[in-house]
Amino acid sequence: MLKVSGLRAAYGPVEALQGVDVDVDAGEIVALIGANGAGKSTLLMTICGAPRARSGRIEFDGRDITRLPTFEIVRLGIAQVPEGRRVFPHMTVLENLQIGATPAEDSYFDDDLDRVFAMFPILEERRHQSGGTLSGGEQQVLAIARALMSRPRLLLLDEPSLGLAPLVMKRIFEIIKEINESQEVTIFLVEQNAYHALRLADRGYVMANGRIVLKGTGAELLADEGVRKAYLEGG
Amino acid sequence: MAVTTLPAQRTLDVPAVLKECGLAAFVAFALAAPMVGLETLPLTGGLGINTRFGAVAYAAVLVFFGRLGFALLRAGYPVPVLIASLVFAAVLISLLLTGADQILPFKSLILNWFIALLAVVITVRAAWALHRPTAEMAARERENVMDRVGIAVLRGARWLGPLAIAVAIALPFLPFADRRFLDLAILVMTYVMLGWGLNIVVGLAGLLDLGYVAFYAVGAYSFALLALHFDLGFWVSLPLAGLMAAGAGVLLGFPVLRLRGDYLAIVTLGFGEMIRIILVNWYSFTNGPDGLSGIPRPSFFGFPFTRRPAEGTMSFHQLFDVDFASIQRIIFLYYVILVLALVTNMFTLRLRKLPLGRAWEALREDEVACRSLGINPTNTKLTAFGIGAMFAGIAGSFFATRQGFISPESFTFIESAIILSIVVLGGMGSQIGVVVAAILLIGMPEWFRELGQFRMLAFGAGMVLIMIWRPRGLLAHRDPTIRLNRDGDFEAPG
Ligand SMILES: Nc1ncnc2c1ncn2[C@@H]1O[C@H](COP(=O)(O)OP(=O)(O)O)[C@@H](O)[C@H]1O
Ligand SMILES: [Mg+2]
Repeated sequence: MLKVSGLRAAYGPVEALQGVDVDVDAGEIVALIGANGAGKSTLLMTICGAPRARSGRIEFDGRDITRLPTFEIVRLGIAQVPEGRRVFPHMTVLENLQIGATPAEDSYFDDDLDRVFAMFPILEERRHQSGGTLSGGEQQVLAIARALMSRPRLLLLDEPSLGLAPLVMKRIFEIIKEINESQEVTIFLVEQNAYHALRLADRGYVMANGRIVLKGTGAELLADEGVRKAYLEGG
Repeated sequence: MAVTTLPAQRTLDVPAVLKECGLAAFVAFALAAPMVGLETLPLTGGLGINTRFGAVAYAAVLVFFGRLGFALLRAGYPVPVLIASLVFAAVLISLLLTGADQILPFKSLILNWFIALLAVVITVRAAWALHRPTAEMAARERENVMDRVGIAVLRGARWLGPLAIAVAIALPFLPFADRRFLDLAILVMTYVMLGWGLNIVVGLAGLLDLGYVAFYAVGAYSFALLALHFDLGFWVSLPLAGLMAAGAGVLLGFPVLRLRGDYLAIVTLGFGEMIRIILVNWYSFTNGPDGLSGIPRPSFFGFPFTRRPAEGTMSFHQLFDVDFASIQRIIFLYYVILVLALVTNMFTLRLRKLPLGRAWEALREDEVACRSLGINPTNTKLTAFGIGAMFAGIAGSFFATRQGFISPESFTFIESAIILSIVVLGGMGSQIGVVVAAILLIGMPEWFRELGQFRMLAFGAGMVLIMIWRPRGLLAHRDPTIRLNRDGDFEAPG
């Protein structure tokens, strides 16, 4: 479904991605782990067109999207939950969801809203509260729900568990699984929390210094000595 | 609240307080000495200088004691403040009422009343402090009260809006509505419309535009040139001028909308100046600094407001078979700008509930998030710029037809600054706030006209006061665009 090959991207002189190859097949959950500054967020952002790729190719459903502007990429069916959630703080939960629905057809809105509220009852409760007054976990849920309102086929999640209490974190991972199974949304997940991410994922990639250094199924990576040393023990 | 309140401390650090008051008095003195103390007089054969050091000293003393009053209130001594300010206010007011105010150092009646008002304010605060011991609590209370006023105003918008409109419609027929008052009302209403227009750009889309007056100018000149060269009437030129201003907005928008915040502000500032300089220098087209005159007055849908209409036409007073009066034209102008302003307002309110308006607000909050949610930021910003410019252009047309004469001097940076102040002080994005701020900032300085050149000081003082008391604007409180009731049906916000 998503095919990234030889991707390079940079912020000015800083080469953040130095030739990255990643494949995500329809229906999968794929995790990308790696240390801080490895270039994980940059990869997700580059898939969405900002920053632009210096070279390499990004294909979505066989179509080259490397040069498309962000909003057109999103309209093809890729949704991103960006790092740090980025809910609209002064707009209500409902308004946040409405904006998320921008790429989708208007006629779906009511059904989609019901679906999202059924999945996340807390959002229905808080629908008139402004985004900035929600707790961290609620904001994360809102950010995910907002992305779902665009009816994506591929959902990119950037560190959804960041800064959340263990219990809330667990719930977020359950939600991701649910979305993948019941809504048939393919998921490409970036995480620092390697253990949870790899347990959840069908396959995983390990990134360091702008390159993919290891790949395999979730179980394989969890068992890998290097991965254990670098990302699991003491973490 | 689980905050332990310390017992009210009655500590008076005398040297510190004296230093504070002395400093305030010194600043007042330093400001007043050149501005108030020296007055140039045109004499035959030169310029003379008149000194008013009595007034300067009086100002410094007033500031000293005013500050002392606040310091004492803060330190927890309301009683002496209450007595002193009460006595002062009583003396001043009785002097003013008996007409004996000639003995006061300030000769301006309004100014003396203003000082009396300040004394009353200090008295009230002292009484309040007696009632509620800690000043801090009073401050918090006041903040809460103002917030509640803001929310109440928005809640009440359902009836407040129609009420305000009803008052605005009845205005020309109220007993005190003479020509001067109506002229002022037209002026205020023009700024309300400009404020509402700029509110789209700044308040909703969050694009800081310091050159809004450029579009006002483009509208005014488009209107004037269309009317003068092509003999098009008011009602044809008006939308055309609006479209041209919108075009100018989009044209400017293309190159600058990649910029954000400060950078955008500076470029728009430059654009505003560019338009003005073009107007000054392109003599063959715009008549340069001499301006354009003879701009046709609006007619009542084809019936002119003239005493003796041209052969074969009928004038307004003949049409309605009333006596000719020049005020009829003024009243008509007032209604024209009222309708134009209301159209601007309804347009904005409607747009806010549509995806486009929501996208504007989202863009203001977080542009990166907007992109990744499939919003096209360039188009969204361009429409905000274009629509905002269109309303400025329409207001500019109205300005041109009302004045009958325009020149680049009417479109200087200070106009942009005033319109932006109205939006910011009204509470960004608040429609009613714009009205209140326009009345305060445009109407008030007119009342202070007696102060002559010092009028702009009143304007500045008003801004500073609002910034101190309501840093987020008078009526800053955002109302959601939709609510969902229990059954899941949508309803408009109350
Ligand atoms: N906006 C930016 N401007 C310049 N450098 C950046 C920017 N964002 C990230 N970088 C750099 O790119 C590299 C990769 O960052 P990032 O993709 O955020 O890593 P990760 O998400 O894996 O922690 C880091 O060296 C970081 O400093
Ligand atoms: Mg990151």
